[in-house]
Amino acid sequence: MADILRERERQVYRKGHGEALPIDCEKQSAAGSVSQRACVFCGSRVVLYPIADALHIVHGPIGCASYTWDIRGALSSGPELHRLSFSTDLHELDVVHGGEKKLYAALCELIDAHQPKAAFVYGTCIVGVIGDDIDAVCKRVSMEKGIPVLPVHSEGFKGTKKDGYRAACEALLKIVGTGSVESVRPHSINILGDFNLAGETWMIRDYYERMGVQVVSCITGDGRIDEIRRAHGAALNVVQCSGSMTYLAKTMKEKYGAPFIRVSYFGVEDMSKSLYDVARHFKDKEMLTRTQEIVRTELQRVMPQLNDYRKMLAGKRAAIYVGGAFKAFSLVSALRHLGMTTVMVGSQTGNKDDYEQLREICDEGTIIVDDSNPLELSSFLEEKDVDVFIGGVKERPIAYKLGIGFCDHNHERKEALAGFEGMLNFAREVYGSVMSPVWRLTPRKRGSAPLEVVK
Amino acid sequence: MSSPARTPKPAPKPNWVSTRNPCKACAPLGAALVMRGIEGALPFLHGSQGCATYMRRYLISHFREPMDIATSGFSEATTIFGGGANLRQGLQNVTSQYKPSLIGIATTCLTETIGEDVHGLLHEYRRDVAPETRPELVHVSTPSYAGTHIDGFNDAVRAVVEQLAESGTLPSAYAGSFINLFPGMVSAEDIRYLKEVAAEFALPVTVFPDYSETLDGPSMEKYKKIPEGGTSIASLRATPAAKASIELGRTLRHKKTAASFLQERFEVPARRIGLPIGVHESDIFFAALEKLAGRPVPDKYQKERGRLIDAYVDGHKYLFGKRAIVFGDEDLVVGLTAFLAEIGVVPVLCASGGKSGALAHSVAEVTTHLREAVLVRDGVDFMTMAEEAELKDLKPDFIIGSSKGAKLAKQLGVPLIRVGFPIHDRVGGHRILHLGYRGAQQLFDLVVNTLLEVKQESNPIGYSYL
Repeated sequence: MADILRERERQVYRKGHGEALPIDCEKQSAAGSVSQRACVFCGSRVVLYPIADALHIVHGPIGCASYTWDIRGALSSGPELHRLSFSTDLHELDVVHGGEKKLYAALCELIDAHQPKAAFVYGTCIVGVIGDDIDAVCKRVSMEKGIPVLPVHSEGFKGTKKDGYRAACEALLKIVGTGSVESVRPHSINILGDFNLAGETWMIRDYYERMGVQVVSCITGDGRIDEIRRAHGAALNVVQCSGSMTYLAKTMKEKYGAPFIRVSYFGVEDMSKSLYDVARHFKDKEMLTRTQEIVRTELQRVMPQLNDYRKMLAGKRAAIYVGGAFKAFSLVSALRHLGMTTVMVGSQTGNKDDYEQLREICDEGTIIVDDSNPLELSSFLEEKDVDVFIGGVKERPIAYKLGIGFCDHNHERKEALAGFEGMLNFAREVYGSVMSPVWRLTPRKRGSAPLEVVK
Repeated sequence: MSSPARTPKPAPKPNWVSTRNPCKACAPLGAALVMRGIEGALPFLHGSQGCATYMRRYLISHFREPMDIATSGFSEATTIFGGGANLRQGLQNVTSQYKPSLIGIATTCLTETIGEDVHGLLHEYRRDVAPETRPELVHVSTPSYAGTHIDGFNDAVRAVVEQLAESGTLPSAYAGSFINLFPGMVSAEDIRYLKEVAAEFALPVTVFPDYSETLDGPSMEKYKKIPEGGTSIASLRATPAAKASIELGRTLRHKKTAASFLQERFEVPARRIGLPIGVHESDIFFAALEKLAGRPVPDKYQKERGRLIDAYVDGHKYLFGKRAIVFGDEDLVVGLTAFLAEIGVVPVLCASGGKSGALAHSVAEVTTHLREAVLVRDGVDFMTMAEEAELKDLKPDFIIGSSKGAKLAKQLGVPLIRVGFPIHDRVGGHRILHLGYRGAQQLFDLVVNTLLEVKQESNPIGYSYL
């Protein structure tokens, strides 16, 4: 059993142990708990990062820019400005005298050199402390260069990753509504909250277009400023990664009237539902027929192979620890589809509703955890004798050190896991992680058996 | 030698204000790595949650090992009212969860900017918490707006030694029987090699930091909260009793370091030499050990040296006149440059994101036999390197440094030979051996084979016999 910090006891829940929900969540991580969470800046950076024709400049000392340089698998079909790292690289004297002049000069030279469609200026911790007026600098540069230059108030300490999502949405909202909606058709959507990791947005976009839906913008996967400018013309916002994008969708609804639906593209069931929900929204019979056709074709293509994987993976135990809880729902059902059981599931930023929903869909005995840390996670993996752990880079060594399979489902991944094809990739990756012969050599599986008996 | 006619290039913008594709990380990262090299220790960052998480990810992606870093997790209120309470709670939580023997606290840009008195806060904590219920506490000031991860690393090494060193912790019979070795930010394999060499000389050694096991450990049945290995606190306390200190890194020679501290305060003689990369720099290192151990270089290393020089001869034709851009941490750049220059490769640009002020001089010291002075640029980023390559028509045959140079290599259309830190796009970065004759042997084979591969691949005939 894990040593759980006293202040965290109510953030761990075991289904069927008579413990009461609601689980404690949406609170500041306890100091010294070694949370897997990041900060406000991280939230903003991950949301805006895939916009490929914008300049992204980090205003602060070098670290924040170094640690976020080209780390995501967010692809672009055109410009790749987002894969470069720009920073004002503040030094001691800048901290003393303020960094506004440096920011102004940096913005001007970079805009001149790269001719971006817009610029995002990310405020980091000390910018919030030394009191640089980023808004004023952005306004001035915007006037002089004739492109939107948008402050992103993402000072690391001013909340959690969720506040960073919101700051990113605030910046996006300044772009939405500034373009022409000419040629936007009635059956049109924005794809919100897919980041085109390994080209996933392209797959999703293709499904919708085959249905006869016009995709006005993708926010932010393979994102383009000019598309985002006219996003308010779309008839419907289709929101994945609801933790980051619901605020944008809600505000767009208030401002422009377009409703939104929440979807997920992970797993064949959720993927199909995402398409059907859009078709039903437009109440178009032909579109519905086309959707059925697409789903049928895709399922026929992937199901035989998925069934093969299912035979081999049946009964295996999985653990999930991800950033947003919404992804966890899809993963639980995708794993179930592969015949696997989820024995532990947790997230960095889930809310009470999310955890209630997780409790409903999980089996008895499943551990549900909010804002966990390496010591808890490792003890859960040991206790539940997990076969594969699904998480991000920071969770990977916890699994590997214990000789447990791991599947990266985070922003750094280079495999497309969304859509029908993605489910096949996911199954293949889980299979490859669980079935590798290397586990037979690890102490966890082999125990203290002498080397000779390894076969 | 006549140089080919050069087409004039438009003058690029000379002084960029912004940093574009950085060739450095920030100071607390280096400090956290040092703290990981102390036995039973946990690194702790006093600042925002994100710093710890980002640095963990950066280090994990290189070492592919668990790397827990605690944090005081500043909020808006903490920033206004001070982080004392968070620091205290954080230390208590780390103590109860990890039961560490030491917590190594490093500051960040946030806590430095708001002027946190960590020294004072720790003083209060020590006063209020009984010694038997708390771990040893050390701290280092690492504002991210000053220097790079290397400065954070070296400052942490000095801070830990300063705060733990005590005279008279050893029975007098042991005093003067061993040496301190401060290798700088080298790979886990390098540290293992250094320890092996000292053992072969029968010279007891305190290597600090030592993350050769803590960040390159075996597969486990039960998760270890703090991995085994690391420099023991007892040996850090005993550093003033050493016969001498050896410190690696030519750019450190005039800096305040752990070795200079021990010399000034406890009169432990400091031998401050370059990273032993290549024959010449390794000879200096082995000679220093020979003198301190009072015995000749063990036969094993004489043979390593002999094989290395034999290999140099075997491969020299493939290398002569080849051009390289060397980039990364300053002392690694100096060491690699010394190595490349002695095998006939022309270092056409030595570049670093660091700016110790000693890079140009140090490079000059190790390249005295070259006919032309080497172009050295410190405090630069990767885009500046690309522009230098274009403007000065450097025409490198390969570039050598961390994986962050991958984009530059692609742009220049030449191979990147991955060494140093970080290596985020290959496995085993922490197991690369750079040091000593054996390290040079591995680097040499890697350089030659990389160039042979280019020759083979770029040739329509595709020689299968080279």
